Amino acid sequence: MFSMSVLVTFIHQAIMQGIPILYGSTGEILTEKSGHLNLGIPGIMYAGGISGVIGAFLYEETLPSRDAINPVLAVLIPLLSSILGSLLMGLLYCFLTVTLRANQNVTGLALTTFGVGFGNFFGASLVKLTGSEIPSVALTNTSQFFRAYLPVADKLGAFGQIFLNYGFMTYLAIIIAFVSAYFLRKTRKGLYLRAVGENPATADAAGINVNRYKYTATCVGSIIAGLGGLFYVMDYACGVWSNEGFGDRGWLAIALVIFAVWRPDLGVPGSIVFGGLYIVNQFVTGLPMRDSELFKMLPYIVTIIVLIFTSIRKKRELQPPEHLGLSYFREER
Amino acid sequence: MADTALKEKKVHEPLFHIVKRSGLIWYKAWLIRIFAIIAALIVCALVTMMLAHQNPIKVYQTMLSGAFGTQRRIWILLQSLAMLLCVSLAVTPAFKMRFWNIGGEGQVLIGGLATAACMIVLGGKLPNALLLVVMVIASMAAGAIWAMIPAVFKAKWNTNETLFTLMMNYVGIQLVSYFSMVWEARKGSGQIGIINQDTKYGWMPVLGNYDYLLNIIIVAVITVLMYVYLKYSKHGYEIAVVGESQNTARYIGVNVKKVIIRTMLLSGAVCGIAGFLLVSGTNHTINTTTADNRGFTAIMVSWLAKFNPLFMVLTSFLLVFLQCGANEISTKFGLNKSFSDILTGIILFFIIGCEFFINYQIKFRHSHKEVQ
Repeated sequence: MFSMSVLVTFIHQAIMQGIPILYGSTGEILTEKSGHLNLGIPGIMYAGGISGVIGAFLYEETLPSRDAINPVLAVLIPLLSSILGSLLMGLLYCFLTVTLRANQNVTGLALTTFGVGFGNFFGASLVKLTGSEIPSVALTNTSQFFRAYLPVADKLGAFGQIFLNYGFMTYLAIIIAFVSAYFLRKTRKGLYLRAVGENPATADAAGINVNRYKYTATCVGSIIAGLGGLFYVMDYACGVWSNEGFGDRGWLAIALVIFAVWRPDLGVPGSIVFGGLYIVNQFVTGLPMRDSELFKMLPYIVTIIVLIFTSIRKKRELQPPEHLGLSYFREER
Repeated sequence: MADTALKEKKVHEPLFHIVKRSGLIWYKAWLIRIFAIIAALIVCALVTMMLAHQNPIKVYQTMLSGAFGTQRRIWILLQSLAMLLCVSLAVTPAFKMRFWNIGGEGQVLIGGLATAACMIVLGGKLPNALLLVVMVIASMAAGAIWAMIPAVFKAKWNTNETLFTLMMNYVGIQLVSYFSMVWEARKGSGQIGIINQDTKYGWMPVLGNYDYLLNIIIVAVITVLMYVYLKYSKHGYEIAVVGESQNTARYIGVNVKKVIIRTMLLSGAVCGIAGFLLVSGTNHTINTTTADNRGFTAIMVSWLAKFNPLFMVLTSFLLVFLQCGANEISTKFGLNKSFSDILTGIILFFIIGCEFFINYQIKFRHSHKEVQ
């Protein structure tokens, strides 16, 4: 059914679809390992994306002409503003849930409402607010640097297409995922972080600064997730912001956390599977439009099956952190 | 004060520490909440001023006129209030049991889908009154089944319900999107359009000239029933005990599994009713945005009201008022409609944050005497 070239395109697109989800899920895994279920991830990814867009937009506005763009600044400015945007979101979430011990589900959902609203609002009004003369936000000029790949990729046929034909943020996502996996499983700090998520009282008694671990994990997690939003706008969408374009990828990222059984390294193949499931309907020939809607259900159904399966098997390595979703107060018994 | 602090500095004691309050008198708690809302409104006005370049009084005026400006606006406000309240009531019994049902969105949509299916398939084949009864039953059953699936797994294998119900939302949304295409009005539109527009089969009757009056009355009745159910019935008591401690519940002979499944059936059924009211009583059509994120907003409404159905009227009013007001601001000052989400977010952060000051107390160094 699939010819070779179609298969190559399919894999390429599955990876492109998977990368934003991978960023989101790596960030969420780090956060959840500290015992915090951050349902604000979709909002944080929106905020990360739009902050990058705002940074790039303001930078492009200062340029005298299209060619005057400096490649290093064109990458650094959106990257840093995206990091700043999602860091602020992460800090807000931490302040409310760690310091003020607010309910995590409610705070997360409020953060998603806020972040999505923030993204859509500035995405639509950026041009109007800055009094610019451009009709809409299309940062193709900045985007070319995010999309740049090794020229040799084109000459290597299928291999180049599948492995080399991506912008730097794709590789960054995979590197971050593996580094996070290494951090969680092999380092002392990773062990401490897991201890905080499993049982904060015990960790506290062992002399671990629980709140510091919670803050750091959640903020770093938010930054990583926010990069997913930036990747989506700058690389996948070629620098064109469209409202609601990001869709439900934030929730898919949370689904991927379960699918990858809280292991960032398993998130890498998992994200490609999710990306593939997300677009497989476009590759099945002769499929009526409506059936493709059923195909889009697949990632969620697969996640539910994994969730059920792991809860039935009760294998300790496959479980969510013990204290996920509960806030910690030292004086509470 | 400064002197004593200096003298005692040798003893290492943190500047302040946090103590759990044993309980705050209700009016003090509400005073803190009202204070938080006022602070939030000030921040909202500042944000609006920055973005729309209007003075704050004008911003508030616009918000008020957006919510109450005309008779029609008041009706729309009440209708949105009723719908949000209905979903909030639905998720509340589950929350009281500490079962995080964030699948309200999906349960409402599936209930609405069942209603729409009855309208399309059975419209004209049954007498209208009977059709309406069938629709109510179908929507309640659909919502209940959607909620029961995660509940059964939670009860039997302790499967994480937050994540399970979250995933069920998107399965539900895709199902609606599929059936929108199966029953599409014009080929290729992917929209069902107004169902039975000419015959009005399966449309909820209109009381007097008021489109939404019946919806509002039904939700008011559900509110009272839910209040009584949670506060005075044996079931309500069992829910509260299971929520406090499953071990205690087991000890006093409550069948925890049964309570979990039964409560989620109720939760889903009420969500189904909300879906029915939205499809049959309001929109007369269904699409993926029919639930309009109410399933998620309802969680905040319910939590802010401390799971008390009567307070929920107030909290859902606050959120609906904000939405109507912010929508008016965005149309009047030419801002994007997502502006209301930003304002809602800000207010929620303040209210969420203020709960801390209700539940905890900050004791400063050497202030024991004053506190006592």
